Amino acid sequence: MSTDATTAAAGIMTTAAVDARGVTLTIDGRTILDDVDFRAERGRVHALIGPNGAGKSTLLAALAGDQRVTAGRIEVAGRALHDYRLRDLARIRAVLPQEHGVFFPFTVGQVIEMGRSPWARTEHEARDDAIVAQAAEAADVSHLLHRSVPTLSGGERGRAAFARVLAQTTGVLLLDEPTAALDIRHQEAVLATARERADAGDAIVVVLHDLGAAAAYADDVTLLAGGRVVATGGVDDVMTAALLTEIYGHPIDVLPGPIVLPRRTPRGTHR
Amino acid sequence: MTAATVGENVVAEPRGATRGRAVWLISGLSVALVVLALVSAGVGQLPLTPLEVLHALLRPLGIEVGTPSTQPNAEAALWTIRFPRVAMSILVGAALATAGLLMQAVFGNPLAEPAVVGVSSGAALGAAASIVLGWTAFGGWMTAAAAFAMGLVTTLLVYAASRSNGRTEVVTLVLTGIAVNAVAQAGLALFVFLGDTQSREEIVFWQLGSLNGSMWRDVAIVLPVLLVAAVLAGVLAPKLDLLSLGERSARHLGVNVEALRAGTIVIVALLVSVAVAFTGIIGFVGIVIPHLMRMILGPAHRPLLIASLLGGAVLLTAADLGARTIVPYADLPIGMLTALVGGPFFFWLLRRTRAKAGGWG
Repeated sequence: MSTDATTAAAGIMTTAAVDARGVTLTIDGRTILDDVDFRAERGRVHALIGPNGAGKSTLLAALAGDQRVTAGRIEVAGRALHDYRLRDLARIRAVLPQEHGVFFPFTVGQVIEMGRSPWARTEHEARDDAIVAQAAEAADVSHLLHRSVPTLSGGERGRAAFARVLAQTTGVLLLDEPTAALDIRHQEAVLATARERADAGDAIVVVLHDLGAAAAYADDVTLLAGGRVVATGGVDDVMTAALLTEIYGHPIDVLPGPIVLPRRTPRGTHR
Repeated sequence: MTAATVGENVVAEPRGATRGRAVWLISGLSVALVVLALVSAGVGQLPLTPLEVLHALLRPLGIEVGTPSTQPNAEAALWTIRFPRVAMSILVGAALATAGLLMQAVFGNPLAEPAVVGVSSGAALGAAASIVLGWTAFGGWMTAAAAFAMGLVTTLLVYAASRSNGRTEVVTLVLTGIAVNAVAQAGLALFVFLGDTQSREEIVFWQLGSLNGSMWRDVAIVLPVLLVAAVLAGVLAPKLDLLSLGERSARHLGVNVEALRAGTIVIVALLVSVAVAFTGIIGFVGIVIPHLMRMILGPAHRPLLIASLLGGAVLLTAADLGARTIVPYADLPIGMLTALVGGPFFFWLLRRTRAKAGGWG
């Protein structure tokens, strides 16, 4: 491991894993993100929620370094994002994108191994096989290791990508809708795995559309709307019926648990 | 640990199997290349057996193998005409196949080929200009130099034009390539129109592609370029694997995507330009060979690179042998032969890729 990465890894111990301040993004006069403050702590799952077009994925892309911002400062493990060398950053944070396509017929096993590439030629390389196997197990793709990715279903591809991200063994995980296209068992499994990683000390930032899942698995929640932070804090503080109903423009009930439910008109009672 | 045991059994086994297949394929291609080269060098108005060729090849090195030829001029004919030609077929084939492989990796598309970004057309334009305008500063060399310069300029132009926001969108790059191709083809048509009968013939002959007239001084240029390019490509290969995940994911894994893309494109431009400069336009080697090798070895770029180098050399050596033997006493344009085989192959590939929903998922 290079000195830079070691320093940064030490930084994780004392400062926020991800700290964004005053992040603003304007594209062609349209404000996509407006003065967003965001902080993800290690050992916690932080969910990004909000209606379509709220800027959740854009914020995640900015945190990942994919999207340059117009104004504001983003730090990862106490250091400005742009000061990192890409390889050092790759040893600190992993990103699960929404798209899980692979251009050539690589097998699932090969794709998961790609997650180990930031650790090539380090002492960690020795554990590659074990880590790949563990990651495959956690994402439930052990039986698919020989299959080529383009032949898989959308959900299987998503799990293979998730396994690759796990195999990167970073202290910060940025997950963009990791449960999309997954059946209910794998949705729960992916979020439970994220939860385990947080309990082991990692910082997890996850974009979620499923408010129930966010309420069940997250420690912290940031609610975005129109590129602004509407509320941020603990699940109970942010996910209130009144706030969610207002922001989503649809009546939403929050039951103790907390369980979040959209209010629905039962069949046969339509006016 | 249970998970580790699972990993050893499941992950290690196919890796070993692929490695075994790669060893077999690479050995097979090497043997085929040596045999083909010996046979090819023996074919011509002065027929020689492969053993006679081998004898003539190794005698200057002080190694006495094979059978000495009874023909008095055999060795001279081999060393001045046939060996450079066979050497060029090997080098140009390897260069074109490697260029195709790298281009496909950069585009993330198995159908991409050097001609798509306009390198071939650009190089063709440069050569045509030097022929028609009579630039003769360095003698016959000028045509090659002009082809080389224009090929590189065209590629860099396409690359610069398709960059926006510090990124290069693949679709923009391909479409820019199409536009550049159109302009280059128009320029080429203009030069054919402007040229006198002799330069027209030269342009046409050169557009068809031929290894006829290859000389050692050509080999001395192509060989070092190919060697440097192959070594660089070998270094970049693992990063090209990561690029298959998409630009963003590759970047998240620590790859400087812009540098990788620019570096790879310069290597491609060099390879295609030197190949085109000395032998004219020889199409489809860059698409047929990498695809066949990928079917056998899978998509990992390092073994694929070695196999494509050898495969391209085998294909072009065989094609050149065909060009000289299919019609007696005639030297067919080799570009026509490769297109004849490569065209339908490309079409089959296109149909097959379209049949798979969405293509490259």
